[in-house]
Amino acid sequence: MSAPASLLMRRQRRLAYWLVAPAVLLILVIYVVPMILVFAASLTDYTLVSDYWEFVGLDNYRRMFGDPQFANALHNTLIYALVFLPGAFFTPLFLAIAIQSRRRFRSFFEVIYFMPVTSTLTAMALVWSALMDSRQGIINNSLQALGLPAINFLGSPDTVLYALAGISLWSVIGFNMVLFLAGLTAIPQNLYYAAAVDGADHPVDRFFRVTWPMLAPTSVFVAVTSSITAFKLFDVVAMLTQGKPAHASEVFLYLTFLEGFEYFNMGYSAALSVFFLGIIFLFALVQTLLADRAGRY
Amino acid sequence: MARLELKDIRKSFGGTDVLRGIDLDVEDGEFMSLVGASGCGKSTLLRIISGLENADSGQILLDGRPVGDDPPSGRNVAMVFQDYALYPHMSVAQNMAMPLVMARLPIYARLPGGRLFTPHLRGSRADIALQVEKVAGQLRIDHLLSRRPAQLSGGQRQRVALGRALVRNPSLFLMDEPLSNLDAKLRVEVRKEIVELHRKSDLTFVYVTHDQTEAMTMSDRVALLRHGRLLQVAMPGSLYFDPATIDVARFIGSPEINLFPARRKDGTLSFAGVRLSLSGGPMGDSDLMVAIRPEALVVKGAAGVASSPLEGPQFSIGVTREAIEDLGAEIVIHGRIARMPDIALRIRAQKSLHHAGPVAVPAQFDVRASLSSLLFFGADGQRINGVTAGVAQKALAR
Repeated sequence: MSAPASLLMRRQRRLAYWLVAPAVLLILVIYVVPMILVFAASLTDYTLVSDYWEFVGLDNYRRMFGDPQFANALHNTLIYALVFLPGAFFTPLFLAIAIQSRRRFRSFFEVIYFMPVTSTLTAMALVWSALMDSRQGIINNSLQALGLPAINFLGSPDTVLYALAGISLWSVIGFNMVLFLAGLTAIPQNLYYAAAVDGADHPVDRFFRVTWPMLAPTSVFVAVTSSITAFKLFDVVAMLTQGKPAHASEVFLYLTFLEGFEYFNMGYSAALSVFFLGIIFLFALVQTLLADRAGRY
Repeated sequence: MARLELKDIRKSFGGTDVLRGIDLDVEDGEFMSLVGASGCGKSTLLRIISGLENADSGQILLDGRPVGDDPPSGRNVAMVFQDYALYPHMSVAQNMAMPLVMARLPIYARLPGGRLFTPHLRGSRADIALQVEKVAGQLRIDHLLSRRPAQLSGGQRQRVALGRALVRNPSLFLMDEPLSNLDAKLRVEVRKEIVELHRKSDLTFVYVTHDQTEAMTMSDRVALLRHGRLLQVAMPGSLYFDPATIDVARFIGSPEINLFPARRKDGTLSFAGVRLSLSGGPMGDSDLMVAIRPEALVVKGAAGVASSPLEGPQFSIGVTREAIEDLGAEIVIHGRIARMPDIALRIRAQKSLHHAGPVAVPAQFDVRASLSSLLFFGADGQRINGVTAGVAQKALAR
């Protein structure tokens, strides 16, 4: 190689570093450094109200696994996820298939179901709490008109998680439905023709032979993002119940918030955050692995 | 093995008539091609035969039995699609087994995981696997059975699609432009294989294509469609030499047939500066069209072009050269009639075997042709039969 060419290469390499520098810097400042800081804070007894802090090792984690509030929050979050996830997956799937085969009113239904996604959930949560009010709420009034007992949706420890799941479902179904619709649109019509000629013209066969396998990448995406959404539940709780009644709606992120910003236990709150990060990382890992497999047609 | 009859098939989509009364008989074991430009309704017709689409009116008979109301699976037809329509999530073996699985296994055994709780069906599954292997062997894809479609080349996918269609022993084999996604060389190869397949299997084939070469080389008979109507159904040779209408003559053959507006007056026909005597056919003065194939015109005075001998009475036309396409073995000369420059002329000629170097065609030259190679069409586009052209006195004088 001649000398001028190698000089040019060195210059270009230097330029390349300059060009990626802003992106690297942003990723460091926005993602990597905060994560390291949170992890570092989780190893201390730092509180918001005192300048003094010291290194406590894994004490915060030890405390976490012995903390009944932590167990309660985890339990609540899991219950909530178990109610939320099937609804957030199968309802949009069903709606998408039903709407897609319609010729008329298709866009009308698309808009109707997507509308909640465009509204602000924190504001709409207040509307829902009014609807669910134990005394004047429309839902309870209707129940009573039918001769059924009134339900204190948000005020009873037995129902609060289901009520919260219902509100979140309402807000997420339209979004997942649009994802499924996009997945359905991408399935070539000829596959259905081929299936029909091959004898798979029964709707059940069409679904299991063509629609479901072809939707696999979309399904993995919807399932994982919805799981993350379920674990990230915070705003509706903060707006409507603040963890009440009797800690029955104290979900994981809300507990983290309480520990950090109400009780000022920043170190402990950071340990909870690290745990949360681990769960989200697991979901992301599952998605990457599955999406890789499902995408390998 | 089946005989297919279509009776007055009509179909329209949202006010547009796509098929306007198709009557067609396909004999048992025949290879019938449906040819036409895109939008002529040939694919719609095929989908109606298969049952994927319902005709608005008309009858479809398979071996004399009306099947118009049967679902696709009830007609025992197999279909090969242009994009192959293989199931991307299944292996080649699973793709090919699909029609048999659907036909032979009950619905609960076909559900995901159905294999686990239906051990009594192991025999049926083994039969299906055996059948798939047999057909895969015939098509020489048995070494690909465990692959996914994405891991196959275009030609291999094409064979898998054929295999999936063959495995069920269909009574009717439908193909919708199966070669158009293949490259030119492979297309010729698969064309031969499909013909071979037809010869061996004795099945009735209905083959849709926009490519006249495919239709002409593969079929027993060709049905030419245009604007939802059948123009002509005939053997490839007679479609070429004996077209029923001017549209058929123009569609079949490349380069396109030469057309000249002509006038018949007092028994004399004049076109492109040529005057011929005309006898027979409908009498009286009229406007008509005269047509002649590009290879029926013989170039005089061009170096490197072989001139085949002409028979019988002839005529000649002066031509201005415009462009030359050298195709290797033959050349296509585009020109205009010297005395009527608004009429284009296409000439196809064989190259001389002993001539090395480029072909030289003068800027002005004469072409000659036999009177017997002229075709006559009326102003309505219908062929006029029983007309004989002779040499008029004036033409002789030239």
